[in-house]
Amino acid sequence: MALQLFKIADTTVGSPVNTISFSNIPSGYTDLKVVFSLRNDVASPQGTCNIRFNSDTGNNYTYRRLYGNGSSAASDTGAATNNLAFTFLVGATATSNTFSNWELYIPNYTSSNYKSMSFDAAHETNSTTAYLTMYAALWSNSSAISSIVCETFGQNFVTNTTVTLYGVL
Amino acid sequence: MAAKTGTYTLINSTTLSTSATSVTFSSIPGTYTDLAIVTFAGNTTASAYDILVTFNSDTGSNYSRTRLYGNGTSAVSTRDSNVSNIVVGSMNGSASTNGFSVGRYNINDYANTTTYKTMLVRQDTPGSTTFAIVGLWRSTAAITSITFTPEAPSNIASGSTFKLYGIEAGNL
Repeated sequence: MALQLFKIADTTVGSPVNTISFSNIPSGYTDLKVVFSLRNDVASPQGTCNIRFNSDTGNNYTYRRLYGNGSSAASDTGAATNNLAFTFLVGATATSNTFSNWELYIPNYTSSNYKSMSFDAAHETNSTTAYLTMYAALWSNSSAISSIVCETFGQNFVTNTTVTLYGVL
Repeated sequence: MAAKTGTYTLINSTTLSTSATSVTFSSIPGTYTDLAIVTFAGNTTASAYDILVTFNSDTGSNYSRTRLYGNGTSAVSTRDSNVSNIVVGSMNGSASTNGFSVGRYNINDYANTTTYKTMLVRQDTPGSTTFAIVGLWRSTAAITSITFTPEAPSNIASGSTFKLYGIEAGNL
């Protein structure tokens, strides 16, 4: 049996939006993989993308994060809150035409266990400061993942942002 | 020769129905260019414990490893040489509530018989650590088996999944 990535859905932003959603995710795959190329319009070199599963707004999201910015490395913990805040998204004052490249991998997304996931993020803008980031993240919910919402609160994802959802077999 | 597909082929997959002291992929064919492994694993205790990898049942001091990890408060890098395994991060304890650990491995050119073998690993353990690891096995033998062993006193928990893929390069 060959491992295959099946494109379940994708989004290319044609005009700025603050939310990108995938709903009715089928349960017939073993894992999910989400690939992002994105930038937002916050007046800063970097912004944030907030992710929720199944529209769950409870305080069920946590993470451990490791990141380096070109001069130092650090690690921190995201206390239980109502979304997964993935940081160091390229913002409006970063170098033109640069986009963050991210990958979120979710094994066993239909299992009855809590959902662990692995996240890698690149924020490289040819500036003095850029970020390489890794997360161990958890959604403390035993439901199968059937929807994913990516939101940049109070801001917008800019034109040409792309997000692709794959099912892994 | 058949056209190369450029795809991943599932060589073996194991989902544990009961806890186990180790998991081994054996008789790995040498017909692929690279190997990839995806793990979703917990241990039988209440705490996170390391998981160790060896190749071809070699427990000699033929491994070295460099780890970069974050534990939620600090970033740390450690290095060991002439050791008997590659520590590839941790497996979560109480995994049904803490979350299973997610591992992604790449072993390039695993079947060649002239160079030592290098492995890249990302291992994420929710509530504990996020790891990036590089390991070296100083052997020119082709890799034909891979063993995952948890650090004592833990065992690998029921429900843990280990998947081994062969990657075949596509024709240009």
